[in-house]
Amino acid sequence: MKRAAYILLSNPLSVIGLLLVGTVFFCALFADFIAPYPDHAGAVMNFAFANKPPSAEYLLGTDVVGRDILTRIIYAYQVALGMGLVVLLIAPPIGVAFGLIAGYIGGWTDFILMRISDIFLSIPPLVLALAIMGLLEPTLLNAMLAITAMWWPWYARLVYNITRGEKVEGYVLAAEVIGASKAHIMFREILPNCVPAIVTKMTLDFGFVILIASSLSFLGLGVQAPTADLGSMVSEGTRYLPDSWWMTIFPGLAIVVAVFGFNLVGDVLRDVLEPD
Amino acid sequence: MSIFRRLLGRLGASLIVLIGVSMLIFFIARIIPGDPARIALGPRATDAQVEQMREALNLNEPIVVQYGLFMGDLVRGDLGISLYSNRPVMTDLVEYLPATLELVLLAGFMMVMIGLPLGAISARYRGRWPDNLVRVISLLAVSAPAFVWAVGLVLVFAYFTPLFPITGRISDTLEVERLTGFMLIDTLAAGRLDAFASALHHLILPAFALALSGIGQAARLTRSNMIATYEQPAIEMAQAYGFSEARIARRYAFKPSLIPSLTIIGLDFAALLGNAFLVEVIFAWPGLSRYGVGVILQKDLNAIVGTVLIISATFLIANIIVDFLVSVLNPRIRFSEDNK
Repeated sequence: MKRAAYILLSNPLSVIGLLLVGTVFFCALFADFIAPYPDHAGAVMNFAFANKPPSAEYLLGTDVVGRDILTRIIYAYQVALGMGLVVLLIAPPIGVAFGLIAGYIGGWTDFILMRISDIFLSIPPLVLALAIMGLLEPTLLNAMLAITAMWWPWYARLVYNITRGEKVEGYVLAAEVIGASKAHIMFREILPNCVPAIVTKMTLDFGFVILIASSLSFLGLGVQAPTADLGSMVSEGTRYLPDSWWMTIFPGLAIVVAVFGFNLVGDVLRDVLEPD
Repeated sequence: MSIFRRLLGRLGASLIVLIGVSMLIFFIARIIPGDPARIALGPRATDAQVEQMREALNLNEPIVVQYGLFMGDLVRGDLGISLYSNRPVMTDLVEYLPATLELVLLAGFMMVMIGLPLGAISARYRGRWPDNLVRVISLLAVSAPAFVWAVGLVLVFAYFTPLFPITGRISDTLEVERLTGFMLIDTLAAGRLDAFASALHHLILPAFALALSGIGQAARLTRSNMIATYEQPAIEMAQAYGFSEARIARRYAFKPSLIPSLTIIGLDFAALLGNAFLVEVIFAWPGLSRYGVGVILQKDLNAIVGTVLIISATFLIANIIVDFLVSVLNPRIRFSEDNK
């Protein structure tokens, strides 16, 4: 743990990543205090200042109804991070349980569980999420549900592959010989050895959840107005290209900043936690 | 021999998975709240009309029977009628799929042709500036959603410097008869080089926007695979023989790293198919996206099920092709007689 922290802080790439991620979290947590126009996060009309390019007053310009883009980006980070947290609290445990059971028990259980995850994996992630969103109502909660549905099989695959390798190791055999229960072996013996890989994947995935969530709302199937959301902001802005470029470019960059930050940290973390 | 057995095995497994996909999406479509018949008819329909529609759609049967009927129709190539377009879903898919496929295939081609060499350069100059440059660029490439790339590219290369057209598949002044739906093929078949050039010109920017994150992904993978290969004794041997670094990189390090990279690139095809939805919106590309989003907003169940099925089938077929390529490339599979 100490070593991981040391390497993260001594690598310039991960320091940049940590700074970016830190900024995003800071914005989300203290939005009410740092946003220049907190009331612009909701359904406010401010037509006198509509469609203004970046200026000292509105650093990143205003949108078609005159709301400050910077304010909306800051509040949109709340939605994005909330989405990431919820999906990554639900999806990994499901996937991990699937992977451990299929990998350790083997036989028919393995075959059936892994075919189920194959089915999910053979629908392109965004398409599955879109279809689920289409069948349900487009709300924040359902978007989380849809993204979780497409996310857990990747953890099942990951843990499955590790479990298959670990179950023939000496420490597992030793536990079996002294009569430890299957549940004990899976969750107390094998699982700890999967943790580094899971943590790395979760860091990288945080960025990708934000990316997919913004894609859903870009298509109009995610977070609904007037909630500030990066994907919807880009989508709205594209109607006013190229003249009002700031409406699209800044929310777009805001997505890149967040995802890039998580990727930088995740990348270095992978080198530390999974040296092979 | 073994390659064909392998191919057959993959085909069978894919078919099972596809049946699973059809069950999954069919059951999701049926368990959602709301009556599909009422959704289809709209809020002003009378109860009698709704009941009639339920009969017609077999909605009063048990769900297993409904699924059986659905599969029976599917085998005959019938996916039902789309409420969105009032046409058979199959007709719609046949119309929109080629435009999407054309985009995805060119993007896949770019991904391989640009991503793999970038990764190879990165690995060969590991730790030096070309490596760092490629690493940062490829990480940036995977960090932006396809629609952000699309917007950025349109702004820079279509609006500010008008090098490429902004929307559409071909210049408005050109008319080409539809044969396959693939613009590049249809224009060539008609012997119209001017139209072919126009179609290609329209295709490049959206395909590149779609390919970018894949290029980053491919470069990152190839880099790490090739670095692993560089640690093999065979490379040390080649260096001891005094072969040039360029030759070692090309012949001894790049080729073996191709195999794992290709497999993953096959899986990345899923991302291309999904992200095509995003890119098509920006470029007003008349592919599956507009149809897909349209049917989703309308809760057009038949069309949603059909769209998901056709995309999954495309993805599975792409992976079988990649698997075939890998087995041709990999001597361990090519020469083994009893490979499963």
